[in-house]
Amino acid sequence: MSFEQILFYSYAALLLLAAGAVVTVRNPVRAALSLVGAFVASAGLWMLLEAEFLAIALVLVYVGAVMVLFLFVVMMLDIDIAALREGFARFLPIGAVVGLLVVGVMVMFLGGDYFGLQQTAAPERHAADYSNTEELGRVLYTVYVYPFEIAAVILLVAIVAAIVLTLRRRAGTKFQDVDEQVAVRRNDRIRLVSMAAEERK
Amino acid sequence: MIALSDYLIVSAILFCVSMAGIFINRKSIIILLMCVELMLLAVNLNFIAFSHYLGDTAGQVFVFFILTVAAAEAAIGLAILVVLFRNRQSINVEDIGTLKG
Repeated sequence: MSFEQILFYSYAALLLLAAGAVVTVRNPVRAALSLVGAFVASAGLWMLLEAEFLAIALVLVYVGAVMVLFLFVVMMLDIDIAALREGFARFLPIGAVVGLLVVGVMVMFLGGDYFGLQQTAAPERHAADYSNTEELGRVLYTVYVYPFEIAAVILLVAIVAAIVLTLRRRAGTKFQDVDEQVAVRRNDRIRLVSMAAEERK
Repeated sequence: MIALSDYLIVSAILFCVSMAGIFINRKSIIILLMCVELMLLAVNLNFIAFSHYLGDTAGQVFVFFILTVAAAEAAIGLAILVVLFRNRQSINVEDIGTLKG
C-alpha cells in the first residue's frame, strides 16, 4: 500500500468516524467538536486532491469561525439535552435503513465500474512550484468575477441579517444621548446664587 | 493509486450518515444544522474530486461559492436559533409548530 493510499484511508476513516459521532453523541458540545474533526479530516482529503487553497480556507473559515460560532451558541443556550434525545431510539432503525439503502444505491453507481481508474485515470501530480491559489485566483477574478461580487453581497446580507435578528432593545438600559450632551448650555447645569456674606465663627 | 470512485464513495457515505442524522436527531435544531453542514461538506468533496480528476478548476470555484453560502446560512440559522431560544426557552423542533398561526 502506497503512502498516498495510507493517507487517503486514514483521513477517510477519520472523516466518517467524526461524522458518525456528530449524529450520535449525546452532548451538543461534543457533536460540535466532532464536526471540527470532520472538517480537519476532509481538509486532509482536499490536500490529497491538490486543492490546497480550499483546504486551508476550510480550516481557517470553518474550524476557525463557523465552528466557534456553533460552540458559542451551544454553550450560550441552556439546552435540556434529555428532552431533545427523546425519540432517538425510535427513529434510529428507520434512519439506519434509509441511510444504508441510499448508500447501497449510490455505491452501485459510483463504484469502480463507472468511475474507476480505467474510466478516469488519475491525473499527473503538479510540479512543486505549481500554485493552486494562483490558478484559482486567475479564474475567480476573470471568468467568475460577477458571481464573486454576488458572494460578497450575500456575506454582507448575512452579517446584517444576523445582527438585526439578534439585536434587542431592553427597557431600562442606560446609555449616552450624544445629541443631548452636545446641545447642553451653561444655564442648564449651573445656577449662580447670590448670598449675603457671613462672619466666620 | 486512488480512483475517483473511492472519493465518490466516501462522499456518498458521508452524505448518507448526515441524512440518517437528520432522521435520528429530529428534535434538536442545532444538530440538524450540523448535519446540513456535513451534507454540504460531502457535496464539496464530490466537486473537488471531479475537479481534480477531470482537470477543471471550475469545480473548485463552485466549492468556494458553496463555502460562502454555507457560512452565511450557518450565521443566519444560528441567529434565528438564538432568537427562538430567547422567546421560547427551548430549541425543540416540535415547539416551532406554534409558528403555524
